[in-house]
Amino acid sequence: MANKLIVNAAPHITGADSTQKIMGRVCLALVPALAASVIVFGADALILTAVTVASCVFFEWAYCKLMGREVPIADLSAVVTGMLLAFNLPASMPWWMAIVGAFISIVIIKQLFGGLGYNFANPAIVGRIALAMGFASRMTVYPFPDNGIDALASATPLAVSGQLGSSEYVTLLLGQHGGVLGETCALAILAGGIYLIATKVISPLIPVTYLGTVAVLSLAAGRDPVVQLLSGGLMLGAFFMATDYVTSPTTNKGKLIFGVGLGVITCAIRFLGTMNEGVSFAILLMNLVVPYIEINTRQDKLGIAKKKKEGAK
Amino acid sequence: MSKFLKRAAQGAGVPHEKRTSDLETVKMPLPSKIVLSMGQHIGAPAAPAVAKGDQVYVGTVVGKAGGFVSCDIHSGVSGTVDGITTITAPNGAVQTAVVIIPDGKQTVDPAIAPPAVTDLKSFQDAVRASGLVGLGGAGFPTAVKLSPKNLEEIDVLVINGAECEPYITSDNRCFLEDTKFIMDGIQAVMKYLEIPKCIIGIEGNKPAAIAKMRSAATPGVEVKELPCRYPQGAEKVLIENCTGREVPFPGLPSDVGVVVMNVTSVAFVGKYLATGMPLTTKRLTVDGDIVKEPKNVEVIIGTPVQELMDFCGGFTDEPGKVLYGGPMMGNCIADLSQPIMKNNNAVLAFSKKMAQMPKATNCIHCGRCTNACPLGLSAKEIVQAYNDGDVELLIELNADLCMSCGTCSFVCPAKRPLAPSIALAKIMMKNGGKK
Repeated sequence: MANKLIVNAAPHITGADSTQKIMGRVCLALVPALAASVIVFGADALILTAVTVASCVFFEWAYCKLMGREVPIADLSAVVTGMLLAFNLPASMPWWMAIVGAFISIVIIKQLFGGLGYNFANPAIVGRIALAMGFASRMTVYPFPDNGIDALASATPLAVSGQLGSSEYVTLLLGQHGGVLGETCALAILAGGIYLIATKVISPLIPVTYLGTVAVLSLAAGRDPVVQLLSGGLMLGAFFMATDYVTSPTTNKGKLIFGVGLGVITCAIRFLGTMNEGVSFAILLMNLVVPYIEINTRQDKLGIAKKKKEGAK
Repeated sequence: MSKFLKRAAQGAGVPHEKRTSDLETVKMPLPSKIVLSMGQHIGAPAAPAVAKGDQVYVGTVVGKAGGFVSCDIHSGVSGTVDGITTITAPNGAVQTAVVIIPDGKQTVDPAIAPPAVTDLKSFQDAVRASGLVGLGGAGFPTAVKLSPKNLEEIDVLVINGAECEPYITSDNRCFLEDTKFIMDGIQAVMKYLEIPKCIIGIEGNKPAAIAKMRSAATPGVEVKELPCRYPQGAEKVLIENCTGREVPFPGLPSDVGVVVMNVTSVAFVGKYLATGMPLTTKRLTVDGDIVKEPKNVEVIIGTPVQELMDFCGGFTDEPGKVLYGGPMMGNCIADLSQPIMKNNNAVLAFSKKMAQMPKATNCIHCGRCTNACPLGLSAKEIVQAYNDGDVELLIELNADLCMSCGTCSFVCPAKRPLAPSIALAKIMMKNGGKK
């Protein structure tokens, strides 16, 4: 036969979405927050982000080249990790420390476990935690926006939340306070998060249950829920880090449990612990239990009778 | 909300591509030969009832049903039997086939007359003699379907007019062109099986069909507009959306008091009761990016695909893939000499560019497969269990419930061939762990 026809199993068409497009939308959704951080912290923020993105992409490329694997940098997942890592660092972070963070995120957490889809925890979160542990002094030196010239020790709003009044809400929303890049302008993060929900990249379930739980527990603990929601890395964590596909549950039931768990751990650390910030540890801890959530929150299948619990009639 | 937590079952927003929906059905002239496979239905293949050199007429039985779950095959032309041969079906099965050369006269078999139907038994016999199989694609002998064991418990007849596959518009044309036959068929089934209620389910992208059926509907017959979500026309999904009932697994629609018929099948019942002419022609949508003149064609069953394509102006570019059926569940054919079968509702031809499937990349656990699955299965877990050879987990995940609708593969952003892998997983389950 002159012209051979292709024979393969159905389906013969696929959807328009691809991993690359999804990651691209996440990058786009982070742009408002990046712009806000540049306005608040100046060019340092932009340079730091460029450093982490470039080093994440480089480590991914270099590791795969070294291991003789196909280089997946076109899927943009390393760019997302780079951006998120930068958003978890203060603008004054020395470059070489940021590069160490990128190495931990991409090589140790992502590639050593098998690459995209096989990491047990969010790479950027672990990168941030490792830096916070290793370079604690640099990680908590938040440049204060009004100063703008050099790093100045300034507490995040969470550390001084007792002194904040309701007139400070606007400051929190606009991000004119000390902190890491991504935890300043809540409005910009929110805009990006809404974009991700509208384009169906993420389901609203995790952010809504996470933020909801924090709000309820804050009220119960007699703290100002608005301050709790708008400060620290909560917004960034809820919309961009906790919703990472690889390390969050897939079913609606699982997402609910995950979101509530995140809220409880975050509040426990914030209210009961000695640390100001609980978001990154909450996400890491919940990442670790995702496999258990997954197997216990499977969907009911059509026409399959539910197995009765032992002892039930 | 409870459904939301129970099972997302979002389905997929597949492209419609229904550009032939306004094209009236045209009759294709006689082909140079017809090739009638003896395996055009689910169940035992038919046995050839003619030999080389025999004279046959339009409507003559050329293949006798090979058992209860089987079906007669009739000639759609008058002419001479050229021989008995074998053909390889798209699923790889080798089937006996009768080749007939038309004489051009289209003389009708003298035995053809409207059947005398007075009660359930004579109605079932008539449907059996008509050679009708489920024309939506499954090809299940209709006479068997209309003989449920628990007949007295059946209270709803569901007519499947969802036509959720992209490109295909033959059911839409059936609604518009065969309205009367559809209603006659529905009334006959309701009367003889004593079913009080009928629901015609049609996807919202066929407003003309919905309007026409609403104006033709008789008491007890309801037309339900369904959301355009693939796979709306899958039997279990359709039943759930039309009646709210869940078909148990393993089980049949009759277990929840439902009989489902495709609209083209029920229209044929109506037509057969009036004419007595068995199933020898089929309305097909011929489309695809390289088909010069996309058409809805009434074609004689057994016509080689090549001649059907020639009738539609041929190809504008080299074909890369030719399908029986839609792009979501259709089967590839290996060459254009393959004949049209009873259960075909479309022949689609695609360019080499469209035929090529994208490269699969790592699973990113986005969960789209899980949330899209109309049955609530978790494709990524099933495929992982298959790769691990874990049959126990496959049983726990109910992999055998999968109906291969392809929704998981379609929505996967990593372009992983999930549906074909699950098909392999089902085979592994049956074989007790061997791949």
